Amino acid sequence: MDNKMNTAVPASVNHRMEVIIGALLRAGVVFSGSVVFLGGLVYLSRHGFETVDYRVFQGEPEGLCHVGGIVKNALAMHGRGLIQLGLLFLIATPLSRVALSLFAFAYQRDKLYVAVTLFVLGVLVYSLLYR
Amino acid sequence: MNVLILTILIGLGSSVAGYLGSLTGLGGGFIIIPMLTLAFGVDIRYAIGTSLIAVIATSSGAAAAYVREGFSNIRIGMFLEIATTAGAVVGAFLALRLPTHAIAVIFGLVLMNSAYLSSRPQDESGRPQASDRFAVLLKMNGTYPTPHGPKSYGVRSVPAGFGLMAIAGVLSGLLGIGSGAVKVLAMDQAMRLPFKVSTATSNFMIGVTAAASAGIYLNKGYIDPVLTMPVVLGVLIGSMLGARHLFGVETRKLRTIFGAVIVVLAAQMIYSGLKGWIIK
Repeated sequence: MDNKMNTAVPASVNHRMEVIIGALLRAGVVFSGSVVFLGGLVYLSRHGFETVDYRVFQGEPEGLCHVGGIVKNALAMHGRGLIQLGLLFLIATPLSRVALSLFAFAYQRDKLYVAVTLFVLGVLVYSLLYR
Repeated sequence: MNVLILTILIGLGSSVAGYLGSLTGLGGGFIIIPMLTLAFGVDIRYAIGTSLIAVIATSSGAAAAYVREGFSNIRIGMFLEIATTAGAVVGAFLALRLPTHAIAVIFGLVLMNSAYLSSRPQDESGRPQASDRFAVLLKMNGTYPTPHGPKSYGVRSVPAGFGLMAIAGVLSGLLGIGSGAVKVLAMDQAMRLPFKVSTATSNFMIGVTAAASAGIYLNKGYIDPVLTMPVVLGVLIGSMLGARHLFGVETRKLRTIFGAVIVVLAAQMIYSGLKGWIIK
């Protein structure tokens, strides 16, 4: 019984990690939602009465498809760039949750889960930087 | 129709989808794709990209609440995310190559199957107390809160759960959905986790799974900011309201109605996919 207890992770450590992760997720969603909303206001105030067509897939312009272009467009206060930046923050929210878990597992000296988390983080970063 | 009116209509539709999705626990993403393609005539590639972003938003919001309640198992989630994220990348590349009509048909079939999976009654009998060797090695056993204090549970059949999770990941990346029903199936049925732990951990994983294909979608121009903005904001507001009303309404009746709506939408997706295929 004693041996079994030693391998288990203390409940208090897990709980603290859960509280921090919960706060991080909430903050990420609220923040990115606000940026998307702001970008939406900017875009609609300038282009609200134009028409759009999504029937035919054309893909997005180069500047709205990758991190560098989006940041540049957003800094220029372009509505669509700002929305896209907000969406990037949203995509980054689960990513930062995984990054935070990496620190938590490292702190618990749990090598196995540090490796597991590194793999997941690697896949996420690969997708985000995919060109 | 100008952008302003389109934004308002899509925003309203998405709020309703988010509200019903969170009340019934089926997720709002399921309604988004049929709504955009069937009602607004949006190309399914834009619809998939938009839906995936909405899935990240709602699952992150819901996971925040679940994690604090202490039902999600962070180690199980992280380990199975190896399978879901890798699967999601494969799914996203598949989405780039498959014809859109095929995607519509697959979407309809998966939708029907998910409606069936989530309509089955929950059965908490015969849950294991002890974990098998693999699960012990991976430190997966845990406890969950009950009115009588924390209760411990065991974990079984990790490889089977892992395989199902890979499928859930591929479907998520291919169709822009959270595939929560398959994730719950993997943990609840294969790994024999308590139902509440399964649903909470599934929700916890959905955001990370979706993020794994979102970058590829973004790069390929599937994510249109003007279309995504009202969907994300609408679904977020709707699901927040839904979570607040969760105990006030008869969810059982609602689930049945929502399930019926889903079956009709799924049938229409399959029909339109097949029609486009044949005529083309």
